Amino acid sequence: MSGANKPGQGVLAALVAALASSKVRVIDLTQTLSPEFPQISLPPEMGQCWPFRIEEISRYDERGPGWYWNNFSCGEHTGTHFDAPIHWISGRELANNSVDTVPVADFVAPAVVIDCHDQVAQDPDYLLSVEDIERFEQQHGRIPAGAWLLMRTDWSKRRDPAAYQNYDETGQHTPGPSAEAVRFMIEQRHVLGFGSEAIGTDAGQGFHLRPPYPCHYLMHGTGRYGLQCLCNLDQLPPTGSVILSAPLKIQNGSGSPLRVLALVEASQ
Amino acid sequence: MSMPMMHPKRKNPILRTRVMNLPPSARGRVALGLTAAAAEGRLMLQVCMRCSAVQYPPREACARCLSPELHWHDQTGEGELLAVTILRHSNDLYFRERLPWRIGMVKLDAGPTLIVHLHGDVGEAPSRVRVGARLDRSGQAVLIGFPEQEVPHMADDSVLRDMTSDPKFRKVLVTDGKSPVGQAVARAMVKAGADIVWVGVAEPWKKPPGFDELLALPQVTAVPLDVTDSRSVQTLGGELGGKVDIVVSNAEVHRNFGIGSRPGTDSAREEMEVNYFGLLRLSQAFGGALKARAADGPASACAWVNLLSIYALSNFPPHGTFSASKAAALSLAQCLRAEMRQAGIRVINLFPGPIDDEWNQTMPPPKLAPAAVASAIVKALRDGVEDVYPGEVAQEWLERWRENPKVLERELALGGAQP
Repeated sequence: MSGANKPGQGVLAALVAALASSKVRVIDLTQTLSPEFPQISLPPEMGQCWPFRIEEISRYDERGPGWYWNNFSCGEHTGTHFDAPIHWISGRELANNSVDTVPVADFVAPAVVIDCHDQVAQDPDYLLSVEDIERFEQQHGRIPAGAWLLMRTDWSKRRDPAAYQNYDETGQHTPGPSAEAVRFMIEQRHVLGFGSEAIGTDAGQGFHLRPPYPCHYLMHGTGRYGLQCLCNLDQLPPTGSVILSAPLKIQNGSGSPLRVLALVEASQ
Repeated sequence: MSMPMMHPKRKNPILRTRVMNLPPSARGRVALGLTAAAAEGRLMLQVCMRCSAVQYPPREACARCLSPELHWHDQTGEGELLAVTILRHSNDLYFRERLPWRIGMVKLDAGPTLIVHLHGDVGEAPSRVRVGARLDRSGQAVLIGFPEQEVPHMADDSVLRDMTSDPKFRKVLVTDGKSPVGQAVARAMVKAGADIVWVGVAEPWKKPPGFDELLALPQVTAVPLDVTDSRSVQTLGGELGGKVDIVVSNAEVHRNFGIGSRPGTDSAREEMEVNYFGLLRLSQAFGGALKARAADGPASACAWVNLLSIYALSNFPPHGTFSASKAAALSLAQCLRAEMRQAGIRVINLFPGPIDDEWNQTMPPPKLAPAAVASAIVKALRDGVEDVYPGEVAQEWLERWRENPKVLERELALGGAQP
């Protein structure tokens, strides 16, 4: 053990003390995994992501008198989940592109939260624009490199699965970033990744953008990550929060359900 | 004519729900030939290949010439009612609860003389009658004397209603209300006089054409039900299990893959998850409640209908994994039938050929319209049969399968796909 700090006086000790005194609070950004929570739906002839399903093994009964436990099944992209670069064809050749090889330091990272909930209330197909990001920076300063950019839409407050999915005959209508905003985030601000409250990082109509699904194609093609089905983004400050987002260590996994936590400092 | 059945009064909730006492169900192995025919709604009797005698009751050998060469043949059942008697006492619990009970002696034009239950519209002897075979509440064949000509409200006769599963005044659960077949079944149940038709809705964010119009019918109510989700099935079973009289298990997944045409197991698993495990979950959640209400008055719980496929009998390789899932479902449905039969609940298995839906788009006609599937289900319930093979394709496959299952298997494997 060598280090500049004596035990109890380092940064981590300060963090522990701040947590104990609620100067730093922990906020859960995770939707509960339940069979009712909708999963992404592809055209039925394609392969599908499994929804979350749970079956009792025993519950203090003849199947196991002293214990209660379940088996569950789901896909790598069920519920609140992490997208690794290998998820998309554009990121398939990158180094360390799967959830088991992504550098673990990336699972603890700062975040900025851009509030679009007013726009989304008017237009479920709302696309986060470069102007939105620039306006945010005028107020809150430049987005630091290596930060998550989280798009607050309050979409997670749609508790009814049909309203959350928001399908009509032309497909899904949920918000996401424009292709230009994705490029700006990557090339100009070097973000770590993009996070969304809707079921995907791309907008519901993202297939019709250029390129199709720009957030997946461009973010993963440049080694960035995705977080989706987040909630409680309305409890985060625009800047200054720290996101803990470690996916399951699935060998060669393209993503994983996970518990996403945010550390925020109590407002002065 | 029979008196049209009046809507049953609401049940008095302070009285105990009666339990089912089954009619006598012991049958010898030979007599099960009669049951096998009745399960399809047919009256068949043994005919001697040597002396052509038609005989009843079924035996190991011809009662006239002792030949063991007896074949089962369809009969018209036409004959003369010779005598009628009214049973006013019985030590058998089933009949004791249903006395008085009319029985008659009929001499068939084909030869044998039979003792039969009498439909209420059959008058005094002598008169012309038509004998039919029906499955009773124990699932065994019994013979019924019907009037020679159809009369109005025949199905409302108490003897017949007890043996059949008429949807009239009953409450029906259709496990997938969104599919074309599910929508057609729900409509057919309404038309058949069902009091309530609950239609299951999985993945509520997907709304198919026609569904809103279906829900506009006053008898139809949508309920959340995803047969892949144990909790969803258990929740609905807890909520409605004690009210459902007829379950129509029609939720299915159908993909057009064999083994080589689709890498991996995802679509095959989806088929098994719905077609096989879905049936298992439903049976566990609703079976017990149905059994408990098998004698619950004139609108008792009575039937369970499974939408299987003719591919359950022999694998159709272009739809190979679907066939396998339906074969698994058939096997489970037989288990369900064995368990439900002891309580007096009829399990009806439907084996349609290709249905005219999205997943048979590339199949050449003839294809079965969803409405035809629905009519076949209602007819099966009314006729009290167990196995139904609706449509030309199903009929032909069945015939070929009965003739020689190995030949059919080989023909299908050679790509002689469609009969």
